[in-house]
Amino acid sequence: MSISTYRALPPEIQDIQAEMEAHARAYGLDCFETIFEMLNLEELCMFAAYGGFPTRYPHWRFGAEYDELLKTHMYGLQRIYEMVINNDPCYAYLLNTNELSDQKLVIAHVYGHCDFFKNNAWFSHTNRKMLNQMANHATRITRYVERVGYEKVEEFIDACLSLEDLIDPHSVHIRRQPEISPVPHAALLREDDFEYLQQESRLPAKGYLQPFINPPEVLQKEAEDRHKAEEERERKRSFPDEPQRDVLLFLLQHAPLKDWQHDILSIIRDEAYYFAPQGQTKIMNEGWACFWHTTLMTRHGLTDAEVIDYADHHSGTVAMSPQRINPYKIGLELFRDIEERWNTGRFGAEYDHCDDRETKRKWDKQLGLGREKIFEIRKVHNDVTFIDTYLTAEFCEKHKMFSFAYNDDSENYEIASREFVEIKQQLLNSLTNHGRPFIYVVDANHRNRGELYLAHRDQGVELRQDYAQDTLTNLQKLWARPVHIETIIDDQPAVISFDGTHHQTKPK
Amino acid sequence: MTRSIDRDSQRFKEIVRGKVRQGLKKYITHSEMLGRKGREVVSIPVPSIDIPHFRHGKKGSGGVGQGEGEVGQPIGKGQDEGDGQGQAGDEAGRHVREAELTLEELAQMLGEELHLPRIQPKGDENLRTIRTRYNSISPTGPKSLRHFKRTYKRALRRMIASDEYDPRKPIIIPTREDERFRSWTDESLPEANAAILYIMDVSGSMTDEQKAIVRTEAFWIDTWLQSQYDGLQRRYIVHDAVAHEVDEDTFYRTRESGGTRISSAYVKAQQIIERDFPVAQWNIYIFQFSDGDNWGEDNSNCMKLLQDPLIPSANLFCYGQVESPYGSGDYLKELKKIQGKWDNLILSEIKDRDGIYESIRTFLGKGK
Repeated sequence: MSISTYRALPPEIQDIQAEMEAHARAYGLDCFETIFEMLNLEELCMFAAYGGFPTRYPHWRFGAEYDELLKTHMYGLQRIYEMVINNDPCYAYLLNTNELSDQKLVIAHVYGHCDFFKNNAWFSHTNRKMLNQMANHATRITRYVERVGYEKVEEFIDACLSLEDLIDPHSVHIRRQPEISPVPHAALLREDDFEYLQQESRLPAKGYLQPFINPPEVLQKEAEDRHKAEEERERKRSFPDEPQRDVLLFLLQHAPLKDWQHDILSIIRDEAYYFAPQGQTKIMNEGWACFWHTTLMTRHGLTDAEVIDYADHHSGTVAMSPQRINPYKIGLELFRDIEERWNTGRFGAEYDHCDDRETKRKWDKQLGLGREKIFEIRKVHNDVTFIDTYLTAEFCEKHKMFSFAYNDDSENYEIASREFVEIKQQLLNSLTNHGRPFIYVVDANHRNRGELYLAHRDQGVELRQDYAQDTLTNLQKLWARPVHIETIIDDQPAVISFDGTHHQTKPK
Repeated sequence: MTRSIDRDSQRFKEIVRGKVRQGLKKYITHSEMLGRKGREVVSIPVPSIDIPHFRHGKKGSGGVGQGEGEVGQPIGKGQDEGDGQGQAGDEAGRHVREAELTLEELAQMLGEELHLPRIQPKGDENLRTIRTRYNSISPTGPKSLRHFKRTYKRALRRMIASDEYDPRKPIIIPTREDERFRSWTDESLPEANAAILYIMDVSGSMTDEQKAIVRTEAFWIDTWLQSQYDGLQRRYIVHDAVAHEVDEDTFYRTRESGGTRISSAYVKAQQIIERDFPVAQWNIYIFQFSDGDNWGEDNSNCMKLLQDPLIPSANLFCYGQVESPYGSGDYLKELKKIQGKWDNLILSEIKDRDGIYESIRTFLGKGK
């Protein structure tokens, strides 16, 4: 049972909200209605632990997250300023101890996110009533807890969570097979068509020629061979027909799950799909929100007294670090860069092919297309296509970007390159599938024993073996038969297996 | 009314304490919470539980970063999970900001967390010492101490007053007269000096994990004692069959093999105290860490040295036994025999990283 956190916003904040919203709309931002709630620290950490939702199903990992958030906050190691969830209406949470200038910034930032949620194509398939859906999930799982016991449900959820990222985030945008016709194809044939099709491989000949043209013993043999080949094919037949990336869906369709297990796995999968676009658009989404909070704050929001706090907070958010790129910073700067380029006409063949530095430096066709361009980009791109299309060599140089790689010998990450092509490639690699391995179901009838065979598509980075083994253990709990994953170990193809009691790793 | 998060949080704690779901014990990880001491990152042990996933290992991994540096320059060991970037959230958008901590704040956190009492130092009240505190503002000073906000405010005020400020182009340029700097005042305080002697067994049976535990614990002890004393001195002794005085860096890195003779370290400690820290004027703390392995015939010698002169000259003599797969752990039993006689002899067993906090509390909880 969750406690209602609803309390009326103080009038100052209400005024700020109304003002920010009006400015946001005037700039063309198009948001769902946005409901702000003011939370204290404990509530904020609780909501954050639950991924922003007031009600989630019971599980210890939310407790773990809560503990860590509360501690890091109290020790001043990290601060959560704001949280917003993709829902219609959008819900956003403010921390009651933040200064007024921070609240303003956060509200402006939130409107950027809300516009992004509503308009970006990658969010178009997400459930906009997720608040209700999450509560519904919680109710269903609580019911199973009552029926089969807390331990059993919790243990099963642990196993599912181990596999939660094995989905295909693109599948919601693709129709891989035509809609299934409500009438089975076979029903369109007449009853005796089957027999005819199966048995009569030849056209009947005239009566007296029949035994010569279609000798019965040959027909008999052919029929037997056909039958054998059929059986053989059936025996060897592997499914799925082609590698399937949505491992969770495959398990839902084929794993021997009890009804409550089936439902819980489908809940985990639903939630994974709901959260997937946030991972796919982290740079864009944060960049867009930062772009708008800077625009709204510097042009409208700030009073003179707030400028310094704002500058301090803002610079803290967009600080750079050698170990990773800051999505806020890169996203914000890329949007600014694009706006500038499309305003001045620094794009297209003419600009790209211009070799004269001075001409390029002064390039300004006064097109003024920047604003329109970034609105278009926020609609159709995700991080991978965004970086692929708009990251330029000049940008990399200006922002001192580099790629780094792990050095086996020194056991250190080292700067690998400052070449644009390599930086971009590395960045795209780390963004693709959130930098996680691609895993496919290849064969669910491995060795003709109903064993599950997965494959890891090699991208030059090896799997962590201990984690792979433990994940297989959890997978086996769902599949009930031995499970395998094919991967690369020390540059050689290998298979890691778990049969329910033992792990085994062998070269393929 | 209970909140649902309390139920989940409770459940998590039960799992960490090993009361339920033994299967998850192996995924419990520590020191995920990072604080910063200047440029160095220190870890604060906080338990969390990993859920295993198919993940990339370090081999062949990499990412993209920003900043200065040549190709080939190391940028860190990275965390266990080697996917530099790409941790991107499968969670609601939220805005997180890291903060830096001063040592003083760290010590305060520790004190509060462990309910440590403030130390009542012994020492000569007549000796006085000067303590410098940065608690004022001055119109002069080095650039590194420039108070940005004050400077900026003065510049802004000046520009508004002189009608140079244009809100449509809010550019503020501070002049020399606007600049303000952090400055210090001197406080005169009664002097209380303290010395810490760290003794660590580096024989073959102490593994890297054991030494990491010692390092973490020593860091926190240092931090706490430093917040309690102005003039804190440290000395480091490592020993296997023989003892050496070493510098801090060596203390944490040395690895020897071979047997163990604890008495050699005690003799060395005694020499250092006589040489550097007259007992009448110094608060002396001795922290010894070992896996409890010692040559049997050496034990009686150790007890003798401990009871005269080591324990009597120290505020605290703390022995921390770090559990090791190789050590016998017998030394603790020897110490327990004489524990009753000395109230400043404190013993603690440190099973794993989780045990560090409890051990610190045991050592420093008396306020001596």
